[in-house]
Parts: sequence; C-alpha cells; structure tokens
Amino acid sequence: MPVVTIDDKQIEVAAGSTVMDAAREAGIYIPHFCYHKKLSIAASCRMCLVEVDKVAKPLPACATPVTEGMVVRSHSERAVEAQKGVMEFLLINHPLDCPVCDQGGDCLLQDIAMGYGGVASRYAEPKRVVTEKDLGPLVATDMTRCIHCSRCVRFGQEIAGLMELGMPGRGEHTEVMPFLAHQVTSELSGNVIDLCPVGALTSKPFRFNARPWELSRRRTVGPHDGLGANLAIHVKGNRVYRATPVDNEAVNECWLADRDRYSYEAINSDERLLTAMVKDGGQWLAVDWRQALAQAAGALKVIRDTHGGNAVGFIASPRQTVEELHLFQKLARALGCENIDSRIDRADFAGQRDGVEWLGMPVADLNGLDRVLLVGSTVRKEQPLIAQRLRQAVKQGAQLNVVHVADDDLLCRVANKLIARPSGLVEALAQVAKAVGAEVEGLGTVVVSEAAQALAASLKSGEKKAVLLGAVAQQHPAAAELHSLAQAIARATGATLGFLADAANQVGAGAVGCRPGQGGSNAAAMFAEPKKAYVILGAEPELEAWDAARAHDALAAAELVIVMSPFLGHGSDYAHVMLPIAAYAETAGSYVSMEGRLQSFNAVVPPQGEARPAWKVLRVLGNQFDLAGFGQDSVGQVLAEALPEGEATVRARLGNGIAGVAVAHLHAGAGIERLGETPIYQLDAYTRRAPALQATADGQAGQAAAASGVLIARLGLAEDKPVKVRHNGAETVLKLVRDDTLPDNVVRVAGSLAAASRLGPRYGEISLEKM
Amino acid sequence: MSATYNGPKVCLWTLDHADPASLATYVANGGYEPLKKILAEQTPATEIIEQVKISALRGRGGAGFPTGLKWSFMPRNYDGDKYVVCNTDEGEPGTFKDRDIVEFNPHQLIEGMIIAGYTLGAKAGYNYIHGEIFELYESWEKALEEARAAGFLGKNICGSGWDFDLHAHQGYGAYICGEETALLESIEGKKGQPRFKPPFPASYGLFGKPTTINNTETLASIPWIMRHGGQAFLELGKPNNGGTKIFSISGHVNKPGNYEIPLGTPFADLLEMAGGVRDGHTLKAVIPGGSSAPVLPADIMMGCTLDFDSVAKAGSMLGSGAVIVMDETVCMVKALERLAYFYFEESCGQCTPCREGTGWMYRVIKRIEHGEGRPEDLDLLMSVGTNIAGRTICALGEAAVGPVQSFIKHFRAEFEYHIANKRCMVGS
Amino acid sequence: MSLSAASLSQIDKEIAKYPADRKQSAVMAALRIAQVEKGWLANETLEFVAEYLGMPAIAVYEVATFYNMYDLEPCGRHKITVCTNLPCQLQGADTVADYLKQKLGIGFGETTPDGRFTLKEGECFGTCGSGPLCLHNNHKMHTHLSPETVDKLLDELK
Ligand SMILES: Cc1cc2nc3c(=O)[nH]c(=O)nc-3n(C[C@H](O)[C@H](O)[C@H](O)COP(=O)(O)O)c2cc1C
Ligand code: SF4
Ligand code: FES
Repeated sequence: MPVVTIDDKQIEVAAGSTVMDAAREAGIYIPHFCYHKKLSIAASCRMCLVEVDKVAKPLPACATPVTEGMVVRSHSERAVEAQKGVMEFLLINHPLDCPVCDQGGDCLLQDIAMGYGGVASRYAEPKRVVTEKDLGPLVATDMTRCIHCSRCVRFGQEIAGLMELGMPGRGEHTEVMPFLAHQVTSELSGNVIDLCPVGALTSKPFRFNARPWELSRRRTVGPHDGLGANLAIHVKGNRVYRATPVDNEAVNECWLADRDRYSYEAINSDERLLTAMVKDGGQWLAVDWRQALAQAAGALKVIRDTHGGNAVGFIASPRQTVEELHLFQKLARALGCENIDSRIDRADFAGQRDGVEWLGMPVADLNGLDRVLLVGSTVRKEQPLIAQRLRQAVKQGAQLNVVHVADDDLLCRVANKLIARPSGLVEALAQVAKAVGAEVEGLGTVVVSEAAQALAASLKSGEKKAVLLGAVAQQHPAAAELHSLAQAIARATGATLGFLADAANQVGAGAVGCRPGQGGSNAAAMFAEPKKAYVILGAEPELEAWDAARAHDALAAAELVIVMSPFLGHGSDYAHVMLPIAAYAETAGSYVSMEGRLQSFNAVVPPQGEARPAWKVLRVLGNQFDLAGFGQDSVGQVLAEALPEGEATVRARLGNGIAGVAVAHLHAGAGIERLGETPIYQLDAYTRRAPALQATADGQAGQAAAASGVLIARLGLAEDKPVKVRHNGAETVLKLVRDDTLPDNVVRVAGSLAAASRLGPRYGEISLEKM
Repeated sequence: MSATYNGPKVCLWTLDHADPASLATYVANGGYEPLKKILAEQTPATEIIEQVKISALRGRGGAGFPTGLKWSFMPRNYDGDKYVVCNTDEGEPGTFKDRDIVEFNPHQLIEGMIIAGYTLGAKAGYNYIHGEIFELYESWEKALEEARAAGFLGKNICGSGWDFDLHAHQGYGAYICGEETALLESIEGKKGQPRFKPPFPASYGLFGKPTTINNTETLASIPWIMRHGGQAFLELGKPNNGGTKIFSISGHVNKPGNYEIPLGTPFADLLEMAGGVRDGHTLKAVIPGGSSAPVLPADIMMGCTLDFDSVAKAGSMLGSGAVIVMDETVCMVKALERLAYFYFEESCGQCTPCREGTGWMYRVIKRIEHGEGRPEDLDLLMSVGTNIAGRTICALGEAAVGPVQSFIKHFRAEFEYHIANKRCMVGS
Repeated sequence: MSLSAASLSQIDKEIAKYPADRKQSAVMAALRIAQVEKGWLANETLEFVAEYLGMPAIAVYEVATFYNMYDLEPCGRHKITVCTNLPCQLQGADTVADYLKQKLGIGFGETTPDGRFTLKEGECFGTCGSGPLCLHNNHKMHTHLSPETVDKLLDELK
C-alpha cells in the first residue's frame, strides 16, 4: 500500500487509488466539478489540478494514480494558480445570474468561486448563450449555465443504464441535450439535478418556488417502495418544497428514484382531506374531531355488538408506519376482529409461511451477486434503485436471469430469459425448477426448453446467488406456487430466496402482525365475502385491490365504512366517516425496509388542516372504546410496544419459507389475458396525486392499455386510438398503445388505475373491441 | 548551385518508378522480402524491436518519440486481443506527407503494419485515414485487397500459420482525431475526445485492449529498417535522429511539395530544393513543424538544421516535418488569427482551459486584426496561453498556445502597431 | 425509413471490419454512406442508423455533430468546401474563396437559391502542397485552384 504525502499529511492508501481518493481519505478537500465518486473519471474540468513533486505540469487529482512516496500539494502557490486559471475559464461564459438562479446558495461553482475571491473578469468578449432544451416534466434546464462537466451524461450511461442525454457538437459548441426533443424517460432522471454542479439542470416543479437558503432540510424515508431510500425534505413555512437524497451507501447510495423525489407534490395536493367529515342523510358534513371520533366509534360499536367483531374488516395500506399499523391491528383485535390485512393487491394466500417475507439479504449485497434469477418483476419500474444495483452487478460480471411476463429492457445484459404470459408463469418457472433438479412434485409433464436449460446452467454455476420474486410474482393468482417453486430452485442451487417488497412498510406490516388472525379473513376474502363494516387506513381499495370493482362494491354495500386518509379520494362515494390523517412527511414513525432495516423518522412538517398523525387518531379511537393499552403519548412508546427489541424483533419474525403448496397451474390459458400490474406512478395514493410524475412518459403509459403490434394487427385495432376493453362483464375505454415487449395474447391494463377500476381482477381473460 | 539529395529514400522511392503504388513495383524492388524472412525464420520480437531501437527511428507523427521504446511497452504475455493502429489522420495544417505514402507506396505501409502486428502480437490493425481524402481510403482498400490476394494478409500469412488483417477507418473532419487516444475513441464509433493518460494505449487502447499507435511514415519505415538493418537507417540521418524524413513544404515557396531528405539537412537546403522563396520576395518567418510548432523568424531558421534536436534548440519543434514558409507580405496578426480560429474550431471541448481558452484567444486576436485591439490584449493573450498550456488532457491545448505565444514573442512590434494604428504594418 | 440495399451492404462490409460486439465502430462509415445516398442526414436517418447498429440515437447524433463533414441540413447538389487554413491561405485560398462567393452569390454556409451549390469553409485537408483546393461532395478533391480552374469546375457541375 503506497504511502503518499498530501499537503504535508502522510497517508497510506490502497494501491490503485487516485490522488483525489487519497485526499478525501486524508480529509483534504480538492475543488472539482467533473469528478463524482459514483461516476467514471472524465478528468476534463481541470479544477482539481494539483502540484506533484518532480512533475513539471499540474496534474488532475481525480485521474492521477498515486505512487509510492508521491508528494502532492493541493494548496501550494502553483496549484492554486492553476486552479484559479481554470476557475477564470469556467466563469467567462457562465452567466453571473446567481441572484435569480435556483441553484444559488446551493451551487458548487458559486462555492468554489467564492474561495478564489472576486477577481474582476479579464474577459471582454461576448458571452455564449445556449438554447433551452425540453427534458420533460421533471427537469428544467438553463443550459447557458452548463459548465460541460458531463456528469449528467455519464449518469445516464453508467447508472441509469440509458443514454438519453448526450453532448452533441464540438468544442465550445458542445451542448448537453437529448436526441431532438425527446423527453428524458428514465425513472431515475431527477438525479441529474443533484449531479449538476451548477444551475443548468434543476427541478421543474420546484422552479422559482423558493431559494435554497430559505429552506430547511429534514430527513425522512421514502414512502413508496420497500427500499427505504433516505431523503431530505426541504421545507419553508411548513410547506414541503422539494425532496433530495441523503447519502446512505447501504440503501440508496446517493440516488433517489423520481418517485421519491417528486411525490411530495401530493402532500400539497388540493385533494387533501382537511377536516373530519361524517355523512348525514347522504350529505357530507364537516365536523370537529370529537364529533367525528364519537360517531365513528359509536357506529362501529353497534355493528360489533350486534354482529360480532368479525363482521368488520380492517384494511391498511402497507405504506403506513410501523406504529400506525401496530395500533391498527391492536384496535381490531381488541374489538374482537381478526380480519386484518395490508396485502390489498394480493390474490393468493395459500400455504404455510414461516415468517414475514423479505429480501433475504442486505440490499447492498445485491451488487456483489454473481448469479441472479429475477421472477415476475418489472424491476426498473417496481424497484428503480434495486434495478440500478443489479445493473452494476452485471457490469461486474454477474449473470442476470429473468422469468417474467414481459420482455422488458433491463438496460443491461440479461444472460437468459423465459418470457411467458401471466397464466404461463408457473409453468415457465417450473421448467427452471425441473432443469436445476429441484425437489418439487408434479412436474412430470413439464417440458424443459433450451432456454430453461441454459438458465439452469447459469444458476448452477457461480457462488453468490439469489432468486428474487418481484411484485408481479407476488400479485400473481398462483403466487404461492411461484413462491414454492422459487424456494425449491433456491435450495437446489444454493441461492438465497428473496422478496422485493413493493411497499415501504410491507415487511413492517407483517412484523407487527397486520395480518388476519385465527379465523380471520385476508384482504381478498374480506371483499369476496363482504363485511358489514370496514375500517380503512391509508389505502384506496377501490383502486388498489386485487379485484378493485369487487372491493368497491363491498365497500359501497357496507353499513359502515370508516376511512382514515390524507386524501378525499373515492372514499366519499362509500364512506360514512372520513378522518383526515397526516401524509407521509407529516408524521413521525418508522418503516421496515425489504432488508429488515428499521428506520425511524420525525415529522418534517405539521399535518395540513385538521389532519392528525394516524397513530394518534388510532390511539384516541381506542380510548373511545375504553380499551386498555391505548395510552401511549409518543411514537417511541408505540414502537417499543410493537417491536420491543427494535430491529432484532423484526429479524426474529422474518422468514421466506413456504410449505403446503401443490404446483398445479401448469397450463397457460388460451385466450387473450390481462396483465394488471401496478404502473410505477400508480403505485400509491401519493404517486397518483403527483402531477409532474403523471405527466412523464411512464405516467402516461400507465394510463393506457398496451399490446404487442402483432396482437393489435390481429385484432384489427389501431395504435394510439381509444379501444373498448371488456373484462369480467365490465367495460371501459382506454387508449391502446403498442408494446412489443408483451407476449402474444397479453394486454396490459394496469391495476390501481381509476379508468380500469370497474374491470375486475388484475389477471384473467379480457377482450378488446374497436370503438 | 541548387541543393539536391540523391541518396537512398525510405518512403517515397517508388515515385522514381512508373507505377509507384502497384504491388508489382513494390515486390520487384524487394518489397515483402523482410516480412517473408521474418515469418520464415520466426524472428523473435525482441530482435525486431532491437533493430528499431538501433535505427533511432523517432515517431513521425509529431512528438518524435522513439519507436523502439514505444513498442517495448506492449505487454508480451497478454492473452487477449491486441491491436496496431496507423495514424494517417494528418490534419495538422502544413502536413501532407502521409497521404503520399498511402497514395504512392501503400504496400510498404502495409508491410510495416504487418511486421508491427507480428512483433507486437496483434490480431488486427486499423489505418485511420484523414476524412477529406476519400480517394486515399479507396486506394488503400484496393491495396489491401491486393495484399490479401497475394497471401500477405488474412489467414495463414505466407504459409506461416499466423493470421492478421488490416482495415481502413475513414475520419470525417476532426483534426483532434490525429491525437492518438481521440483516434481510438473515433474508431470505437464515438466523438473523438482524447482520453486521459495513464492508462496508456499500450495497456488500455482500442476496445480497451493493448494497442500501439504510430504515424504512417513511422510504420512505413519499418520494412526498410528490417531489410537494411537499424544501423543503416541510423546512418541515413544523424545520431538520435535516424533516417530520412519527408518534409512537407508549403506557403511562399516556388515549388511546394514533399521532399524526403536526411534528418539533419540544413533548412536552407530544403528551401532551395523547394525553389526558394516566392520570386521577388524575402523570407520573413517559418513554422518548421506544422501549425502547432512555434514560429521562427527568418534569421533563426536559416541557421537551423532539420532534425528533432536542433529545431528544439532553436525554440520550436520539428513536429510532423511540415514547413510553412512566409514571406515579407504576410501580416502576422492575420496569419495568427487564422491559426487561432483553427484551434478554436477543432478543440474537442472536454477540457475547460482548451474549450474556453481557445475561443477567448481567437476572439481577442480577431479584435486586434479588425482594428479593435487594446494595449493590454497582448499580455492577456500571453497569460491566457499560460493558463491553457500543460493543463489539458491532450496536447491540443499546447498546440493552440504555441502559435499565439511565439507570434507575439517574435513579432510583438507588429501586433503593437496593429493595436495602435488599427491597421496592418505590412500592406497585404 | 430505410437505406437502399446497396448502402446496407456497404455498411455491412464496414461492420465486418470490427469485432462482433463492436458494431458501433461502423457508425462513421454508416453515416457517410447514408449521407451519400440521401444527400444529408435527416433525423430519421440518424435514428435508422442508431437502430441498425444498436446504439442510442443520441450517441449517433453526437458523432454526426462532432465531425465536420456530415450535413445535418439539406444542402446543394454540389457541396464545395474550400480549405482556408494558413498554408492554403498563403497560397491564395482567400482569392479563390472570394471568387467562388462572388460567382455563386453566396457566402460560406449558404446554398444557392436553385439548390445547385453549397459553399463551405474547411479546415486543413492534409494536401497543403497542392493548394488552394476544394472538396466536392466530400469525396473528390480539386487542387491548384485559380479563378480559371474554378470556372471550369463550376461549369462541369450541373
Ligand atoms: C492535436 C493533435 C493532433 C495530432 N495529429 C496527428 C496526426 O495527424 N498524425 C499523427 O501521426 N500524429 C498526430 N498526433 C500525434 C499522435 O498523438 C501520436 O503521438 C502519434 O500518432 C504517434 O505516432 P509516432 O510515435 O509514430 O509519431 C497528434 C497529436 C495531437 C495532440
Ligand atoms: S486539450 Fe482540448 S482537444 Fe485536447 S482533450 Fe482537452 S479539450 Fe479536447
Ligand atoms: S475533477 Fe479532475 S479534471 Fe475535473
């Protein structure tokens, strides 16, 4: 390990380190723009020039490898002279518009320029002006400010896996832009805003809304997928203005999916439920909390007393906090009800599980895998940052294998894939199971294809392996069969079995027992055999449920529905009492991520209007029934009760094992079938209400029906035209778009979509008709 | 009495023959014999490299780097593909020698590349040809076909069991692609932006594989060296500057063109061979090694011999051997404006000092040329130049600064006159 | 949008020069060939080339805008590029360029109203010894130009 001296500090660094690495380790700051720890080395901005003994020219610290005995000066006269020279060049064509720039106060160029004093510019020629580019609804541009560091371009190529921005042109005519007016479509696109060291790329929804120095940053955890991304919410005057990532190498590194960055818009949405409301003779009345709670508890008590606790269904969103879900299930059970669930969009609850399903390993270990089998996951859209980690693993030589219902572009090399229609997914996975020699009964008739054979060979080689089940697999009508096949494959190949949690607190919900108890019904059953009353926490079953239409009808027919939600939503159609609760940044609490990581956070803003944190609402509801154990006065107390040993308690409750499932669905259907997965920006109540996300290509695509060109032609339909979709006796009209990644005879009509909410289950036969 | 050179020529000797470019002419004069011998005897690579070292062949692409030494950097026991790349991009204003080698003696270049491929253990080679000379691309492809048909390229060359092939890659108008790593990026189908070194091409070159890049004239010299021995080549020139070299002479001479003469020939002799300065005019200044080389006033130049070391001692560089001659009618401000524009236009744009600085220098010089100069401009230009040179990824930064600083250094009075009087000192 | 079979077979020949997983190396040649067929590089041509070589469209666009000889806008039937760099300038390139401008009635970067000629300023062609010179449609160089030889050349180009 070479020993080097930087600014008189001696330090031993790993062989192969650069001067920049060494300086960072020694705690010495060397100014830079193009260098970024997660990106390849460009060495082009030249800001990091340092003096190296015995070398005549100044060298860029970011790209110069250290050698034994090297003596580096980063602040010597010669080094500073070189750095000042570069700074002068950077500023000659940079508009000095800091007072109106969104980056002002938050700008690397401004910061470093300050360090070099306000030298009068020697540049007397006209400044360059660059035309604006349209990058879509998320990222705003001010390209005249660009300093050509190329970070945004390298991000696309290296991290997002998709080169959407480039630098056409040459010399000073080089401009950062997408090809023509194509919008940037990556689900990670917002990261270029953080990467841009100046104000050339900024957040479009945030634009001109506040100045960085007026904002205070408060930490929280992403409320969407089960990654648990760490983020900072920027607040001014109790209003959320933007969200940016907080570095956590073990979780989100320094990145954020667009979903986590822009969904804050929903907090400020005008669909917020701001006061408690009760329905009185068909009319909604705004009432105060006391009245609302008294009425809710009173009505619930009547039903419980007349029909028993199990006449009620308790449905919660898996994006509520550990504390909320704990009190929720506690209340239900105290009322004698075992119908408790948060798995609203699941269809298949068969088999005996030995714990709460989780990733089976730390998230950070994904990068080090060398064999992966991804089952039923539209991974880029379900788990944007997990997809990114898998992409890095592939770059390091991992073989990524896929068994899925669509041939998605994963933006990296896929070693082997089996693409089947949804009804054929079990059979496809069974081929793999058979090919690896897994111990599963009833696979006698399964014919192993060449692709499955190759996939099996991949899984049988290598050391660090995982079989991961995505949201499509978990929502599948034969999810338990997929689970047990995946388990058998993992066992036969020595791989870890893991679940990609699609909700922020999916694991936490399981860990606190937000699951049906003895004799209780699961979410699907609660709607299939309607209950007299429902208590809904944060969820929108009329969109999210496995069978949204049926859920809606069950709710509409119930004698009593109590909805606790941050939003007005469709609750007003069927509810009898609506209680306004805090949105995600408005409450303290905890999430358990898919890797079993317990992350607690404070509220960053107070709830809007009369809304209150749900854990407090639930506690007071408990008090209304004079129940014992509802006297907590902090989330800390609730957490201590829910998970006494914290993360250790969670760990003790995890388990991916399944037993008692027979593999039976080995034959694909014959007709045209629906693929009703949840699109990236229909994931939850927040994303659905974030206008910028809805305006993206993904947001738009999620609203349409999609089929392959072959199928569209065969049905005599037209692309990009409205089409009548019939399913389960209901029909709706959607725009039909072409998506050649879909297998033949499959139509993607998303779940969780308002326009498709009358259509019935997420999977099953479907038909398309010309308008 | 006019100066002439009648000794042996390394590269352009075929011009003394009727059909200079043909395989027949080349073979009839001993062409491909060195290759056959090497393949038949399986000459060890170390021996070939030793001869190249003895020859004191220095890279003809501009930097004058010893070729034998460069070749010895290639990893020996690398199990994977390696490449040889020939640089015929030749975009340095004033340079037009490599085109004549490809046009009039393509087989010697082919043979040189094959020997390089053999010596360096390469699997294939590419010749990067200057974009604007499409005819060259076609004629070179034709020559490759001939060589293939004759069994010198492709599978099992000359029955030796060794496979090697050559291809042409056509540039399309970017001077920077003459820089070796920009050239590699360009062959990879990208913008021609130079790579930071290290790693050097010998360890991370074309497609990430070990690669050796040489200039056309350098590679074309190899068969001659292998045939006559390194010592004979060295003796053609002078110590540390082996061989003859092609000088491309342009500008205000009566007979612009290529002259292949020994390294160490006095400049005055070359000027004479080129017919002397335009009739009725006197020599004012010379750029001795392509537009990037610092300009030298007539008196210094007339006392200089043409080899790497002497020209460096005189304060410039031999570069690619492109000699641009200017007589007394030349306005040095206008000449510099054109060169400054060139570097501004050709900067690839990645390095801040080069991207911003070349434009800055050009705009200031243009202002001076158009009568809007300011007294402080000359010091500003010198200082901006200092902030560019040596602070960029590739040498284009220095190349852009060389003319600016040397023009001002040697002809400062003319620039000052321009600024003070808002017009030219010379009448052109 | 596609290219002619002849163009595609030329492109395929270029692709074959590089390792199988390095099709992108042929992008410069593919653009040149496409430009010869189409006269200039329209966006859909760039997209076609991108698809054909399996590379992002923006990466093709980067290449097309980096190298001077690609035309991203329609240009005249005859594109005349004159080198005006110093060696050529010393040998009279400015005179030739001025003559061309005056004769065609257009400046550098312009096209005659009849769509016959486009005039461009070029950088060093690596043929300075024979200057002044110009390049016709990227492919054919004309050397030792003077007003007389320019007249002759223009007459030949219909
Ligand atoms: C801006 C720039 C342009 C260059 N152009 C050329 C060129 O046109 N031809 C060439 O052979 N070398 C050129 N070079 C030098 C090459 O980088 C490289 O040193 C050379 O090809 C090596 O070959 P040699 O060792 O045989 O000289 C250029 C260098 C720079 C920095
Ligand atoms: S010095 Fe200029 S040409 Fe060379 S790499 Fe840097 S920007 Fe490009
Ligand atoms: S950070 Fe080193 S050159 Fe940009």
